[in-house]
Amino acid sequence: MTISRKDIEKVAVLARIRVDEEQVSALEKDLGNILDLVDQLSAADTDSVAPMAHPLDAVQRLRPDEVTETDQREAFQAIAPATENGLYLVPRVIE
Amino acid sequence: MHNKSVAELSRELESGKISSVELTREFLGRLKKEDEQLNSFISITEEQALADAHAADEQRAAGRATPWTGVPFAHKDIFCTNGVATTCGSKMLANFVPPYDATVTANFRKAGAVCLGKTNMDEFAMGSSTESSYFGATTNPWGLSKGEKRVPGGSSGGSAAAVAARLVPAATATDTGGSIRQPAALCGVTGLKPTYGRVSRYGMIAFASSLDQGGTIARSAEDNALMLNVMAGFDPKDSTSIDREVPDYTATLNEPLKGLRIGLPKEYFTGNLSAAMEEQVRSAIREYEKLGATVKEVSLPHADLAIAAYYVIAPAEASANLSRFDGARYGYRCEDPKDLLDMYTRTRAEGFGAEVKRRILVGTYALSAGYFDAYYLKAQKVRRLIQQDFINAFSEVDVLMSPTTPSPAFIQGEKTSDPVTMYLEDVFTIAINLAGVPAMSVPAGFVDGLPVGLQIIGDYFSEARLLNAAHQFQQVTDWHQREPQ
Repeated sequence: MTISRKDIEKVAVLARIRVDEEQVSALEKDLGNILDLVDQLSAADTDSVAPMAHPLDAVQRLRPDEVTETDQREAFQAIAPATENGLYLVPRVIE
Repeated sequence: MHNKSVAELSRELESGKISSVELTREFLGRLKKEDEQLNSFISITEEQALADAHAADEQRAAGRATPWTGVPFAHKDIFCTNGVATTCGSKMLANFVPPYDATVTANFRKAGAVCLGKTNMDEFAMGSSTESSYFGATTNPWGLSKGEKRVPGGSSGGSAAAVAARLVPAATATDTGGSIRQPAALCGVTGLKPTYGRVSRYGMIAFASSLDQGGTIARSAEDNALMLNVMAGFDPKDSTSIDREVPDYTATLNEPLKGLRIGLPKEYFTGNLSAAMEEQVRSAIREYEKLGATVKEVSLPHADLAIAAYYVIAPAEASANLSRFDGARYGYRCEDPKDLLDMYTRTRAEGFGAEVKRRILVGTYALSAGYFDAYYLKAQKVRRLIQQDFINAFSEVDVLMSPTTPSPAFIQGEKTSDPVTMYLEDVFTIAINLAGVPAMSVPAGFVDGLPVGLQIIGDYFSEARLLNAAHQFQQVTDWHQREPQ
């Protein structure tokens, strides 16, 4: 399985990682090698096999609908890159 | 003192021969001096450690001691420590000081243990050599006497190297595809990856959530048992934690092994395993026969598909988990973002290292429209086949034994140019995470002066049996006590 430059550019957008032009060739090779490795899977007969998500097939537990978390906004925002009046600051989205 | 085990240090403290403050000072002094050439720690928390040691001495004096009260140890820098930087080996989190404790951290705190600092690791636990850390590579203490700079394995290479070099008697670790067992093997120490769900993942920075499991590294099986006693247990804060009673893992260490049925998976004794490695492992298994165990060959027919399944599932889950690092709420943010998209894409391009980016991209690809069934769903089906292999094997035998790695510690830089070469390092460990069963690596000899690990794999929740098997082996061998020069 080969992965094209176009695929890499598309995946980089989806993953929100900037990939510079000069990095694409190296990624094409590395990702291509990794996909070659995982292509072994296609040989396995899995027609009647159920996919496995949790080793013990545990399912999500439910808990009582009660407030258990306390407000820690100040502690959380103390480590944020930028805040103002209790809000996280990011570049302007709407002009 | 630095050569004593956790169990021994605990007794020394109990008898009053030494105080925790004295012990902590001794370890800190050694750590600051010796770690210059190893780089096994990302941070040393001297002030906090001495304060904790004082508190521990007071607890002992008041008669409120646990076996861990006042005993020094270290955390892998993946476990969140309230008020102490937790980097996960990444530039992305180089400035991250968590406002809370991981459950594992809180458990050791409650037990009164004294954390000396945070150990080095591959960035976001993605690696098998501890070379991808933003804070520089860790060097294996074995090989240094010959002037060789070898890898300690990874991703928990800092924990394994620190324990091997006697900088701490024990360190926490995590294992997603072999990240406890492979470094334990390469550094000549004992490590345990528990059953998936046995140790809480809360506050343990996520890599691949259906595979990640916290565990233990120490020199002896007994010390691993003491660690697991503190770490294991149900945690409502971890949605995949299993609610099941925790035994005292030290209580069964001395059970005789007579009648223990050992299976040797034939797929783990072929291919790239060197003759010298195989001889060490087989010789260890002969020790078990002397202890009364029986040995038979078994088969894990889907073993050759494990790496392929893992390198779909782990990157896919990583791509989802690591989407939280966006520069908005904590961690790294790029300079002068011109808009929101620029902030996301440059923060992530600059904050993540090469291997982490590769895995996010592969995972995003495997989960993208049109590829999900062919990759992710297919890998999850193969995962069940791999699990079924283990279930079948454990209907015939009590434990499986194999080499932990195909070869001993390699030279730094040797496998960094091709990611796939590095991935093959985990050929004997990765299937265990896919199945979710527990496994250990136990020192079992040397090849060319470098440690060899014996892997012992058990059925779900059989940690006590694994620790018992490892402890009995360590009563008749001294590989785990050998010290790098």
